[in-house]
Amino acid sequence: MIHQYKLNGYNIVLDVYSGSVHAVDEVAYDMIGLYGTCTGDEIVAAMLKKYGDREDVTEADLRECLEDIEALKDAGKLFSEDEYAGMAFDLKKRSNEVKALCLHVAHTCNLNCSYCFASQGKYHGERALMSFEVGKRALDFLVENSGKRTNLEVDFFGGEPLMNWQVVKDLVAYARSIEASAHKKFRFTLTTNGVLVDDEVIDFANREMNNVVMSIDGRPEVHDRFRVDLAGRGSYEKIVPKFLDFAKKRGERDYYVRGTYTHYNTDFTNDILHLADLGFTQLSMEPVVCAPGDPCALTQEDLPKLFEQYEILAKEMLRREREGRPFTFYHYMIDLTHGPCIYKRISGCGSGTEYLAVTPWGDLYPCHQFVGDEKYLMGNIWDGVTNTALRDEFKLCNVYARHECDDCWARLYCSGGCAANAYHASGSITGVYPYGCELFKKRMECAIMMQVARAEEHE
Amino acid sequence: MKRIKTVETRDLKASVKTGGCGECQTSGVANQLCE
Repeated sequence: MIHQYKLNGYNIVLDVYSGSVHAVDEVAYDMIGLYGTCTGDEIVAAMLKKYGDREDVTEADLRECLEDIEALKDAGKLFSEDEYAGMAFDLKKRSNEVKALCLHVAHTCNLNCSYCFASQGKYHGERALMSFEVGKRALDFLVENSGKRTNLEVDFFGGEPLMNWQVVKDLVAYARSIEASAHKKFRFTLTTNGVLVDDEVIDFANREMNNVVMSIDGRPEVHDRFRVDLAGRGSYEKIVPKFLDFAKKRGERDYYVRGTYTHYNTDFTNDILHLADLGFTQLSMEPVVCAPGDPCALTQEDLPKLFEQYEILAKEMLRREREGRPFTFYHYMIDLTHGPCIYKRISGCGSGTEYLAVTPWGDLYPCHQFVGDEKYLMGNIWDGVTNTALRDEFKLCNVYARHECDDCWARLYCSGGCAANAYHASGSITGVYPYGCELFKKRMECAIMMQVARAEEHE
Repeated sequence: MKRIKTVETRDLKASVKTGGCGECQTSGVANQLCE
């Protein structure tokens, strides 16, 4: 399977199953489009008819291009076949090792954002804080169930994790104390709304957290539309100076300024550029996921504008790179040479198998987006995963389980998408969330175009 | 003339034999790095 598209002056051909990317001229683009449905002679005749008035298009040249296409096909880099379908269903046999936990250290929040999937941090339940004892047991559970894996990830999540900051620090200290004897390496992430950030938080996080996610939605009026405190006051003025200080002191360590865009700011590129102009250099902006009838929900009518925004963003990022003032956008950060292997691309995010969420009282869920839905309770950190049937369901929840994806060129980039989004959109974790698919495909087209542009500039 | 330029990419078919160690981060899958 191949995918052809034109973007920003580039003609791009992707070979789905080999992962190959080809930048071609318009003649080759048309020839590849006809290949397989026309004979070589028919393709040459069609090209001579279309481009015959051009000096550079001769029959000999077209025959040579046809040979190049054949050579790429023979090399497995064009029109390659799917050889992975059988592997996808072997995944049920894979081990039950866990390598990442999302620790819900606080089911409470000091902001009251109406679009929050976590229902203002409470996950449709009562307010709660994780105790050190529960967190310690969760870390032990992770070590005990991680097999030979060295790298373990722990996300401090909520709600607002800074509302339980002492426990976070104590858990980091405990994890560090067992790393050597357990032969493990913990990588911590902190996701915060910024309200409680101070110098002490910054110093600790910059010492211990591999990554920090800072929630800002963009321009002041956009941010303050949803991200308000319990009295209804916007939080932009309070948090932005703190986050700027945080990011500056972070030096070379990773952080992300992560925003959410909604129906109210479909011109979200302006929010990304606002954040870049403030001085943030590592950015992410995600579409809101909520009930279709919600006023902030994105609509079908929004899609053309959103596509345009992603293209504007890609072009602007390339322009700023050339000017020596680059910034990164998470979904455009693909590495074509050192990206994920086929096993990762088939198995996806690992929710419900190698990645689990832990509630403040120690229950296990497939991921943070399922917390609070009792149908998806998998067990707890003392007894482990007791709902093994549910775990098996998640093991097989991959791109090959979704027949809607059979003909999709992006299937090995998205791995079938988010199980939680699919569940909320279709009622099944092996369903699809078509709106998310459309946005994902546009982002991938932009990301690959940027790589093609960079490769060309480096020639 | 050369009408097709192939950008260097990881060979997914080769990764059937070389991949699967599981040391990469949990996850967008496309923007993960192999570790």
